[in-house]
Amino acid sequence: MVEFALPKNSKITGGKEWPKPAGATETREFRIYRWNPDDGKNPSVDTYHVDIHDCGPMVLDGLIWIKNHIDPTLTFRRSCREGVCGSCAMNIDGQNTLACTKSMHDVANGGAVKINPLPHQPVVKDLVPDLTNFYAQYASIEPWLKTTTPTPQKEWRQSHEDREKLDGLYECILCACCSTSCPSYWWNSDRYLGPAALLQATRWVKDSRDEATGERLDNLEDPFRLYRCHTIMNCTKACPKGLNPAEAIAELKMKLVERQV
Amino acid sequence: MSAQNSSAPKSMRTPLGRVRNLGSSHSGTKDFWRQRLTAVAMIILVVPMIVVVMMLLGRNQAGAAQILGTPLIAIFVLLFIIASVWHMKIGMQVVIEDYIHDEKLKLVSIMANNFFSVAVALAAAYAIFKLSSGV
Repeated sequence: MVEFALPKNSKITGGKEWPKPAGATETREFRIYRWNPDDGKNPSVDTYHVDIHDCGPMVLDGLIWIKNHIDPTLTFRRSCREGVCGSCAMNIDGQNTLACTKSMHDVANGGAVKINPLPHQPVVKDLVPDLTNFYAQYASIEPWLKTTTPTPQKEWRQSHEDREKLDGLYECILCACCSTSCPSYWWNSDRYLGPAALLQATRWVKDSRDEATGERLDNLEDPFRLYRCHTIMNCTKACPKGLNPAEAIAELKMKLVERQV
Repeated sequence: MSAQNSSAPKSMRTPLGRVRNLGSSHSGTKDFWRQRLTAVAMIILVVPMIVVVMMLLGRNQAGAAQILGTPLIAIFVLLFIIASVWHMKIGMQVVIEDYIHDEKLKLVSIMANNFFSVAVALAAAYAIFKLSSGV
């Protein structure tokens, strides 16, 4: 059966409250999920206080400030700090989003900023989820141009209209906010491809230059790979890039119906 | 937040191999289409069904039998039975597939769902036929 409660070794216990930074006139409270694979303990939530006059406005700025000034063991992924790489995806105040584009002033009306790793993924350490399965699912949709026609001397040509059909799809940065917000993905991530991989699949199915559309649809037509999507729409609500994976999945279903009915 | 499944058996299969697994079943679209088809059918049929139920209110057994035995009403009720039971069967199967992960229990549940749906549909349809034929 589906696991509705956390396993014993994932139950969260009380964490450490770090002292407020000396000399800070105004601080913001951060409550952050901590788990270390090496100490054999259960996860905990540590409380930190960030000097907001010495720190940038984003949640990621707060995390970096904590790592630099309070606790260098705090572990999280980050790279571009401007919403392009998708590394710092995490659950902030109950919503999956990018720490680098989420202002801490927009979180919880000035209350504690609660940060957890992306839901329902194995944790490597602290806020770092293991996305191996997520990336393998992306690889399984074969995200590259597939053609039989010999490659032209110059480029594969595409009209402006056909190129516009990829808008709203190509911008996906594979941060996994959508897939890990989807209850269907929580229960069946071993078989359901999830909104991110399916949005990417739609991007290739709709590409006018691709010659493997039918083959791609064949690979998706499955009660688990595709049809676990029940239009819950958490994916669309979560997407920090403002994309609509639910609509992309609906387009795939429409195309499958179109070729049968 | 998530499970650190240190106790889970470690497979040496590659992640891509696990995702591809047995491949696509090339099915599911028919059920998807039929679920929408039966949903639309029920939207259309729900008004006549409400009228029928209102006609039945306050009648005795003989009166109700007479109304349900009328050919046009019997056909509407039969169509509603087919659409709703079919919809129910597909919907329940989706719930089973979502939440039951043990393969044997899943197969037994899907089988039971099929048996139950056919039994309900046949019992309801038989009752209408019996009233229509006046036996």
